[in-house]
Amino acid sequence: MISQLSWKIGGQQGEGLESTDRIFSNALNREGYYLYGYRHFSSRIKGGHTNNKIRISTKPIRAISDDLDILVAFDQETIDLNAYELRKGGVVIADAKFNPELPEGIDARLFDVPFTAIAEELGTSLMKNMVATGASAAVLGIDVGIVQKVVEEEFSRKGAAVVEKNCQAVARGAQYILDTSEISLDGFKLEPGDGEGRLFVIGNDAIGLGALTAGCRFMPAYPITPASEIMEYLIKRLPNYGGTVIQTEDEIAAVTMAIGANYGGVRALTASAGPGLSLMMEAIGLSGMTETPVVVVDTQRGGPSTGLPTKQEQSDLNAMIYGTHGEIPKIVLAPSTVEECFYDAVEAFNLAEKYQCPVILLIDLQLALGKQTAENLDFNRVKIDRGYLVNNPEPAEEGQLFKRYAVTEDGVSPRVLPGTKNGLHHVTGVEHDEEGRPSENAKNRKNMMDKRLRKLNNIQVTDPIKADAPHDEADLLVVSMNSLGGTIDEARGRLEKDGIKSNHMTIRLVHPFPTALVKEQMDKAKKVVVVENNATGQLRDQIKLHVGQAEKLGSLLKYDGNPFLPAEVYNHCKGLM
Amino acid sequence: MATFKDFRNKVKPNWCPGCGDFSIQAAIQRASANVGLEPEDLAVVSGIGCSGRVSGYINAYGFHGIHGRALPIAQGLKMANRELTVVASGGDGDGFAIGMGHTIHAIRRNINITYIVMDNQIYGLTKGQTSPRSAFGFKTKSTPAGSIESALSPLEMALAAGASFVAQSFSSNLKQLTGLIEEGMKHEGFSFINVFSPCVTFNKINTYDWFKENIVDLDESSDYDPSNRVMAMSKIMETNSLACGLLYRDQARPSYENQVAGFRGEGLAKQDLNLSEDDFNKLVAEFR
Repeated sequence: MISQLSWKIGGQQGEGLESTDRIFSNALNREGYYLYGYRHFSSRIKGGHTNNKIRISTKPIRAISDDLDILVAFDQETIDLNAYELRKGGVVIADAKFNPELPEGIDARLFDVPFTAIAEELGTSLMKNMVATGASAAVLGIDVGIVQKVVEEEFSRKGAAVVEKNCQAVARGAQYILDTSEISLDGFKLEPGDGEGRLFVIGNDAIGLGALTAGCRFMPAYPITPASEIMEYLIKRLPNYGGTVIQTEDEIAAVTMAIGANYGGVRALTASAGPGLSLMMEAIGLSGMTETPVVVVDTQRGGPSTGLPTKQEQSDLNAMIYGTHGEIPKIVLAPSTVEECFYDAVEAFNLAEKYQCPVILLIDLQLALGKQTAENLDFNRVKIDRGYLVNNPEPAEEGQLFKRYAVTEDGVSPRVLPGTKNGLHHVTGVEHDEEGRPSENAKNRKNMMDKRLRKLNNIQVTDPIKADAPHDEADLLVVSMNSLGGTIDEARGRLEKDGIKSNHMTIRLVHPFPTALVKEQMDKAKKVVVVENNATGQLRDQIKLHVGQAEKLGSLLKYDGNPFLPAEVYNHCKGLM
Repeated sequence: MATFKDFRNKVKPNWCPGCGDFSIQAAIQRASANVGLEPEDLAVVSGIGCSGRVSGYINAYGFHGIHGRALPIAQGLKMANRELTVVASGGDGDGFAIGMGHTIHAIRRNINITYIVMDNQIYGLTKGQTSPRSAFGFKTKSTPAGSIESALSPLEMALAAGASFVAQSFSSNLKQLTGLIEEGMKHEGFSFINVFSPCVTFNKINTYDWFKENIVDLDESSDYDPSNRVMAMSKIMETNSLACGLLYRDQARPSYENQVAGFRGEGLAKQDLNLSEDDFNKLVAEFR
């Protein structure tokens, strides 16, 4: 029995790999395994190689593995493209239909299973993925009944006959493995899970739930990979709470509609990826200038331009910090786990209303789409703070308006919602006075700029950084943001065994930069390496700018579209010692 | 009850003397009083350009946004609080050049707001460049040899986009314009009102006199039926888009808000934001 392994299923896009992966992993989740998924997909609907990889473990894991134990292949291309990843003694379970072959030099075993033939016997070749699911369960020693229960839920809408056929396909796939004596796969049997049935979720859905829990009731958005799941999550659930999603004509409409809705008093967000965020920048400036709250999610993918729409990258950081002309207060929050995606979505709405400014919730593709086991979410941690909102203002003095932009010590002014009696004021992206009326007066201009910018001087954010720093005098501090933490932790475990003392810091509040906290962690380490998925070291440059200490700052960069592997981080860090 | 004077404020508009925009502002103020609004019930959202300043000249909630985006801001506001009367306004550059994508889709979407275009067929605030409404051959600073693009017909565009309310008027005809804005405010859906608003400084062709000579006033025609879409399209084409009055109104078509499942009568902004723990637990359970 083993405690963890990696399983991958590959074939042509549109062959039902997604549902196979979903059913298999849901069954494993209910058995109480910890899971971490990775989707390799392309920007097309049908055709083209695609694969889904899941790491399965009896202990918490938050990273893809360096290698692969089991590859389930629906075509030769899957074997050709993925066999290199198999560990020594790994196994390929392939559809007998295409007479699979292992490429030369691969030290693995190949077993043909008649996926298609069995499925055809049951009525349609479409069910070959269910045969493969059953076979996979048998290899891992998972009870077929658990898989069939998930199949039942997945297909219940299609009627009892479809459920029955698919359940049979699962059973036949498993039986084939058990009956075929030359397939000896005892080495792949997993220790039993603890039956806990934890949360198994993608970051996008966690953000959707966070928004809903934070009181967000409106989302205008334009579809884009890898952000669309957020709007899809909310359109299914918002109507139950009186809210809705509008699919807009473009991202400019999406963000300006969200700004209009926030001005109107409803919590609204939009979500997109790099190309959409580029289009939104002028409006994000409007939010900053008019002090209208708005939350915008950026699910980073490979850039620039259309770039690598379905691949991992973290190259929007500079654009999110510096994008938009002129100077505005803006908050950029970068959650690093699916749980944080939930809590940070809630906090993003609170910050946007508290500081009356745009908040960018910055994640990356692997966090957005990589389905993974999550700790339970704590309802009692959710607090809604609407900031300085005035419900019943006193009448303004004769001839004056409500001072929506009153100059205050902390820069935050009273906000009143349209429709409120005695609250009339003007809102404009033009420089304006305390009542919101356009003004080019030099003194007013300076007062207003200072007022807006000082709102973030003493920004209160929970955990601007997260540090796992067991060593007061560490050999190495590894710094990252978003989804890289799990990979880095695995690499650190190996470094620790080599006697190398390492700490890890995740930067959660990337803007305004938490300089003092970052410096404190850097001071405890002899060397610092910033690991990030971009070509120019954008996070490292933020550290260099705000903290300095350039002489001990190093970089590990990867921008080929793939997430880091633990071994890559380990080898780099080891090489520094 | 508020009168039109209650919708006035003390700001002196920065429009040129004689600009058509003055009358449009007055018509919005009169129409607001006539339909029984109080100043806090009205929100005017405007774009950028001379016309964009109108939101600051009316005693109501006003949002002066960014160029071409008055419509999405106004739609978002209406979705947040459907109890407000929302008027969006901007120029022909704002609505038909940079903001054209939003105009067509706002018309299709049919959210219950009133959109008033102050159409002067030129870019005024940037001091005299061509607009999508400038006639073929029209000479401006950016088309010194005359425009070689054809002018847009906003009314044909609106009908083709599926408008439920299309009207056109002339800033000099305050009575007709006020009446059309009232009808627009009362219409349960998106109301598109194009208003000829002569630019006295930069447009020496489409002047007050030119419009008086060329406009075809539908109020003077007894057999025009604004519920007939084919008749509306014919009239627009016959008059070379110079027909003024209520061109088309579909009172049967429900507004966007009235078709959204679960959307309530009171504004979203007034609803309780809190999720019950029970609901939260059910939502979390979906992830198991």
